[in-house]
Amino acid sequence: MSDVQELSRASQSKTKMAKVTFVEHDGTRHEVEGELGSTVMETALRNAIGGIVAECGGACTCATCLVHVDDAWAAKVGKPSAEEEDMLDFAFEVKPTSRLSCQVKLTQELDGLVVHTPSYQGR
Amino acid sequence: MTEPIKTDVLIIGAGPVGLFAVFELGLLDIKAHLVDILDKVGGQCAELYPEKPIYDIPGIPLVTGHGLTEALMEQIKPFGPTFHLGEMVSKVENVGDPLFRVTTDQGKVFEAKAVVIAAGGGSFQPKRPPINGIEPYENKSVHYAVRKMDAFRDKRLLIVGGGDSALDWTLNLQPIAKRLTLVHRRDDFRGAPDSVNKMRALVASGGMDLKIGQVTLLEGDNGQLTAASVKGNDGSITRIECDALLPFFGLTMKLGPVAEWGLKMDDELIPVDTSTFETNIPGIFAIGDINTYPGKLKLILSGFHEAALMSQKAHHYVHPDKRLVFQYTTSSTSLQKKLGVA
Repeated sequence: MSDVQELSRASQSKTKMAKVTFVEHDGTRHEVEGELGSTVMETALRNAIGGIVAECGGACTCATCLVHVDDAWAAKVGKPSAEEEDMLDFAFEVKPTSRLSCQVKLTQELDGLVVHTPSYQGR
Repeated sequence: MTEPIKTDVLIIGAGPVGLFAVFELGLLDIKAHLVDILDKVGGQCAELYPEKPIYDIPGIPLVTGHGLTEALMEQIKPFGPTFHLGEMVSKVENVGDPLFRVTTDQGKVFEAKAVVIAAGGGSFQPKRPPINGIEPYENKSVHYAVRKMDAFRDKRLLIVGGGDSALDWTLNLQPIAKRLTLVHRRDDFRGAPDSVNKMRALVASGGMDLKIGQVTLLEGDNGQLTAASVKGNDGSITRIECDALLPFFGLTMKLGPVAEWGLKMDDELIPVDTSTFETNIPGIFAIGDINTYPGKLKLILSGFHEAALMSQKAHHYVHPDKRLVFQYTTSSTSLQKKLGVA
């Protein structure tokens, strides 16, 4: 394999990931990488982030993967769908920037995303 | 004392795996009763994802949770299982060799030769709001279900939630309550539009109050509430005097009483022998999401496999004097007779 190929492979594999920082309720920060196209919830589970339960496994039916999107990222992440908004009724301490992390897919634009996990996931 | 209901096998949990266990047991002439805390069959398939597609049931490229439940009910029909819904098994006692006495929270008693725990993630129970110091009020003045409406007559009630439970109880209790306030985090309700309209009409006519916000603080003494504080979305705090709080935030899975039955547990899961799916107590089996063993995958298809193997060993307890002959449904006349097709 030529160096050019090697380089393009490396950069390709690099672009397939996005950096996500989970900030726990007590301030503990976890900087991890998630695959583009996968959800923030999946990224949390793969990296054993505390505070994300995901009881229903990502079906948007349990509201136990709540995160508060960091204010700086709220606009980029966007608003929940009507279905997700309904499920947010089952979560606690919901804020205007709250989302269910199983409904947020990682994209290139979200590389560097910061989300805060709540103190309690409503169980 | 009431006469116990006698059955070959008592299955705890009527989710997909509990339902399929009826089929596998039925082929071996074993009758089953099932108990489930939900008021419907299907377990998580019915409660969490009735309309979501499932793609990994062998031979069925796509089926919804509801569709799978319906199909399983059809499949087990020949075996005539008896369902006891809306009840939770609270006690399992070994009273024979083996013989089990199983008691539900509604006081029903069963006598079974074997018990199959197919309880998934545990029992669905109401979500508890994370309000500081809520525990002492629970079941005294904070209620997650309405058992007797009359208990709320002439009381100042605070109902929290935006779905059908919250709206239905608002409409049912409003006529008998002294004053009723519905609290919801947004001015949008997912409940039936008709209920929403009725509720809004009551608010407009002054028959009740609607407050948009989230309950943050409870006041009271000895388990008796006197007031609650609601934080509005603008940050303002409103104090509402009340005698009872009824939060409706849906259901979550809790292990429940399983841990008290003398079973060996491993992080809220029940270890089993993978050749029989029997627990450390002979005659008690665990199949589906609630069990654990090396390589365990929480898949419906794994639960189906576990149900088949469990049934072989259960046969040993239910029909100790009968020899078990392995047969295929495609070719065995005796199995086809049981299925009502031969």
